[in-house]
Amino acid sequence: MRRVLSVVRPHLARLIAAGLAGVTAELCAVALMASAAWLIARASQQPPLAALSLAIVAVRAFAVFRGVLRYADRLAGHDATLRALAELRGRVYDSLARAAVPAPGRPVAAGAPGGEGPARRRTPGKGGARRDADALGHMVADVDSLQDLLLRCLLPITSAVAVAVVAAGLALVLLPAAGLVAAAGLLVAGLAVPACAALAARRLGARVAEARDALAARSLDLLDGRFDLAAFGATARVLERAEAETARLARLEGLAGRVSSIAFGAGVLVQGLTAVGVAGVAIAAGADEVLVAVLALTTLAAFEPVLPLADAAQRLTELRPAARRLAALLEDAPQAPAPARAAGPDAAELELRDVTVRYAPDGPAALDGVSLRVEPDRSLAVVGASGAGKSTLLGVLAGLLPPTSGTALVPPGVRGLTQDAHVFHTSIRANLLLARPAATEDELREAARRTRLLEWVESLPEGWDTEVGEGGRPMSGGQRQRLLLTRALLADPGVLVLDEPTEALDHALADRVLAGVLAARRGRATVLVTHRLTGLDAVDEIIVMDEGRIVQRGTHAGLTGIPGPYRDLWDTERLVSSPAAA
Amino acid sequence: MKTPSPRTPAPGAATAVPDPAAPGSGVPDPGGPDHAASPGAPTGEAPGGAPGGGSAGAPAGEGGTGTAHGTAGDTADGTATGTATGTDGAATGVGDGAATRTDGAATGAAGGASDARAQRALRKRLLGLMPVRVFAVLALAQAGLIVAQADLLARAIAGLDAGPLPWLALAVAGRAALAWGSGALARRSTVKAKAELRRGLLARSYDQRSGGGFVTLATKGLDALDPYLSGYLPQMMTAALVPPIVILRLGFADWSSALIIVVTLPLVPIFGALVGLHTRDATRTQWERMNRLGGHFRDVLAGLSTLRAFGRTEHQSGVVRTMAHDHRRATMSALRVAFLSALVLELVCSLSVALVAVPVGLRLLGGGLGLQVALVVLLLTPEAYLPLRALGTRFHAGAEGLAAAEQIFGILDADRSAAAVSGPAAPPARPAEIRLEDVTVRFPGADRPALDGVSLTVRAGERIAVIGPSGAGKSTLLHLLLGFVRPDSGRVLVDGADLASFDLAEWRRRLAWVPQAPHLFAASVTDNIRLGDPSADPELVRRAARAAHAEEFVQALPEGYDTPLGERGAGLSAGQRQRVALARAYLSDAPIVLLDEPTARLDLASEAAVTEAAIELLEGRTAILVAHRPALLAAADRVVRLRDGRLEDVPREAAV
Repeated sequence: MRRVLSVVRPHLARLIAAGLAGVTAELCAVALMASAAWLIARASQQPPLAALSLAIVAVRAFAVFRGVLRYADRLAGHDATLRALAELRGRVYDSLARAAVPAPGRPVAAGAPGGEGPARRRTPGKGGARRDADALGHMVADVDSLQDLLLRCLLPITSAVAVAVVAAGLALVLLPAAGLVAAAGLLVAGLAVPACAALAARRLGARVAEARDALAARSLDLLDGRFDLAAFGATARVLERAEAETARLARLEGLAGRVSSIAFGAGVLVQGLTAVGVAGVAIAAGADEVLVAVLALTTLAAFEPVLPLADAAQRLTELRPAARRLAALLEDAPQAPAPARAAGPDAAELELRDVTVRYAPDGPAALDGVSLRVEPDRSLAVVGASGAGKSTLLGVLAGLLPPTSGTALVPPGVRGLTQDAHVFHTSIRANLLLARPAATEDELREAARRTRLLEWVESLPEGWDTEVGEGGRPMSGGQRQRLLLTRALLADPGVLVLDEPTEALDHALADRVLAGVLAARRGRATVLVTHRLTGLDAVDEIIVMDEGRIVQRGTHAGLTGIPGPYRDLWDTERLVSSPAAA
Repeated sequence: MKTPSPRTPAPGAATAVPDPAAPGSGVPDPGGPDHAASPGAPTGEAPGGAPGGGSAGAPAGEGGTGTAHGTAGDTADGTATGTATGTDGAATGVGDGAATRTDGAATGAAGGASDARAQRALRKRLLGLMPVRVFAVLALAQAGLIVAQADLLARAIAGLDAGPLPWLALAVAGRAALAWGSGALARRSTVKAKAELRRGLLARSYDQRSGGGFVTLATKGLDALDPYLSGYLPQMMTAALVPPIVILRLGFADWSSALIIVVTLPLVPIFGALVGLHTRDATRTQWERMNRLGGHFRDVLAGLSTLRAFGRTEHQSGVVRTMAHDHRRATMSALRVAFLSALVLELVCSLSVALVAVPVGLRLLGGGLGLQVALVVLLLTPEAYLPLRALGTRFHAGAEGLAAAEQIFGILDADRSAAAVSGPAAPPARPAEIRLEDVTVRFPGADRPALDGVSLTVRAGERIAVIGPSGAGKSTLLHLLLGFVRPDSGRVLVDGADLASFDLAEWRRRLAWVPQAPHLFAASVTDNIRLGDPSADPELVRRAARAAHAEEFVQALPEGYDTPLGERGAGLSAGQRQRVALARAYLSDAPIVLLDEPTARLDLASEAAVTEAAIELLEGRTAILVAHRPALLAAADRVVRLRDGRLEDVPREAAV
């Protein structure tokens, strides 16, 4: 928690100002009650009016100050908190940006929501876009929990402590015995009760979280597996189990609820009994009605900011895991290893020699002794089943993944279209210019023409300035894909890598787009991973991968001419797509 | 292709929604600053009822629904930009209509009358989930104890008499017990209500088309109801019942002080409404802007790898901070106005104490009033405002709950899809013939039927291969036979009887289905294989696995058949999962086999194994197989092609 709170340091002055305003506002509330009590009790002794005039002014002033200070407190608190939040966001971003690149399919945290392609591949490691989006949502929530930490925990705790100290101090000065009673009561309500509540919350919190996860997993089964369950008559069984999870969660939540309500009731009890005790002690000590009234009513008022501490303590307990995760993120973010690239004689030449990649030291090889070479102005297509190692190969080619063994000669500036490419919530233009901020309007149009994006953009009322991305204008899977492809082309890298460039496009369009992309190569090397073989006759070399190895290589004409996996794939594709096969 | 999943009130909600429970911590929030502006506001229940504050209090809170949430952040997309999180519900007046905003599109939707009616129905329904009468009784008891407590304390102080103190302690204990009891009751009823809704949702999981939204709703989304059910609703009772009683007691003690309260209490919602009205248009644009800026962080994190790919990460580092500060500025300018309404309430509350205390003091001076009465007045005056303040702090958390409730009831009220309904008839044990007669299936929103006038006859023992481009309706054809979809026109006849008349569970026992992407569960391999028959003998499971060419890899797993799999079968490759699904089919030993491209996109070794196992499975059974690989096609007696939902026969030689 300390680590996370370090982001507050630059804004400490503001936070202290907010805290002071809060403390003063709460003190005004207590002073309002105290002075009103004094005024009334003193007045009943019928002194001359002049004796009351100061109290009258004080009552009015405290009433106004209290409202105005609360306003100031709230504004200053939010302002300081939001400043700290901005700082935290920046630092978290920096940590993540510096962090080692996650292996494909093993996103550290920032994954791609996406999933627009009709046939998003499902392999064990890839886990699904939904999970990535979940992880991302959790992290953003963790970062945002800083607000709760400051606004709902630290600032209220500060105010409560200050008010308790001042009120108890005042009582001690006025009548030591009564002061002791007040102090004891405030300690119980402000320390013992919150501590117990927090302890119980921590015990229960873990179990509630566990029950929640179990329920989420079961709901997911019921949803994603609904056809499998129905087909095998197992729906009722799993539903029953989900109901048991629901009941368990309800029981635990009920327990947690009991803890809060007991804490609240205990607070109210301590407040009232303390006031009774203070009044009793004061009366027994022979104090007059003014002193008794002031002591009793001040005590009651002093508890108002103290009672919420039970909630604040519980909340604090709940926030701890988030703070711990953030601290770990800020601390341990591993630095990216220097990519294994050696500038070859020709900067734009790409060569792998006997490259093997393993994600775990004793795990299976995702790439197993792969050697290949792509020269400038040449194109290479990689085909193969899910899990054959295509994405891993692209990762190595892009310099994002170091080989476990072997040599990868990768020129700098390998760019392209990856599976997790993201459309940002901003204009189409800004999304494209990301690849090359200095691109001219003509270059933009040229790239968009190649990918058949231009027509769509020009049909939009706001054209290039149309906002897209999550929260922006909805795009079809095909429009999204073409936008990402345009961006890759616009980057105009030395080596262009494309992962499934025509996924989500209908076949006729896919073929035209692929032809456009291949024709635009302008002397650079192009590597594309694809499931669709039509159009690959325009590619210089094709490699077929299976279980991390290259099992076939050649040209489209060559590979379709001989029996083997490529020809099987080709026959299947013709059967699926071309009516002429009949 | 896919309908975008509804964005749900989500993860962030828990952190962004303040639940400023306890009294005193509360920032007064004048219920209905946007009273007139809010689309969700049931304006009919106007304040100003005779007994004064109390009746004004409740509707004021009601009126505020549409308003609050403002800065509490767009939990709708999980960005939890929530900025006003604070200890306060003071975000009033920022942005309208969030209660109705279940997706981004509805932001700031100007409410119509029907909208207001829907909101009212929603509230009524939620009210029905809670023991409202018990809350009312508890609130009355609480009011009684508040009055008793003030009386006893005043008597002790005024008479310098310790005599009433034991009674006072008793009253305090009673209040504490009530606080505990009503809190516990509120939480328990909430938990119960949520469990009931959750059960209802889970039972509907079968009808859901897509995704993540549903799971989130069934888990965290429901929790958004917490503040509304256990915080706002009980507080509404308190706000409605406690002030009138307190004011009544005050009226007996000193009618002029009671009059001051009766006059000032309605000022709270009135001033609030004025502030809200005045700032409505400004805040709506601010709200959108805040949302947008707040979402930037998430957007950038989601696109981090893209930024990295284009070497733009460093540039964004500054942008993240700039945007966060812009967000802060936008939020603060909204809050400055929003907190104004809170300021009004705060001032009314504390000034009323001054307003009451000073004249009372002067009258004491003149001897026109006793100290005991004066103390009762001083002690009870804040109690008249307190419930209203507490209500104000809670209603914006409540607004989030309403949005969730709307979605939940939407799902619960939807017609169950026909496919979930089953007939009474027992299907034949070994059907001799399955006939599709001119079957058409349409999916809502699709521009052409998924199946278009399909007629097909499958005789016992016959194996029919279906080919065709993706999206042609092949999987729909299998789903039709499984009873997952129903024909919009035409019929499916099994030995002359309509499929719709069968007991579906019984009918599915006749079918062994191997889908394209089988769903595996987080359970042992054995349990995954015996999904259809959890009591199946492990030896049978083993035999089925052997037949499905799965035994080898299963035995290589750390705990063999007892190895627990991860969610969705994590830990197995696509080919291995497919073989587990084949083992399921073997174990069920059904007379009819439905295969849906079992080898699509498998690696070569898996493909060979799966193909072999699948062909063996077809032996001696009736089968419909969607397939494109020559090896599988060769096992079929007949090949048909689906294109654009229409069926045509294909000469076998041409296909293979």
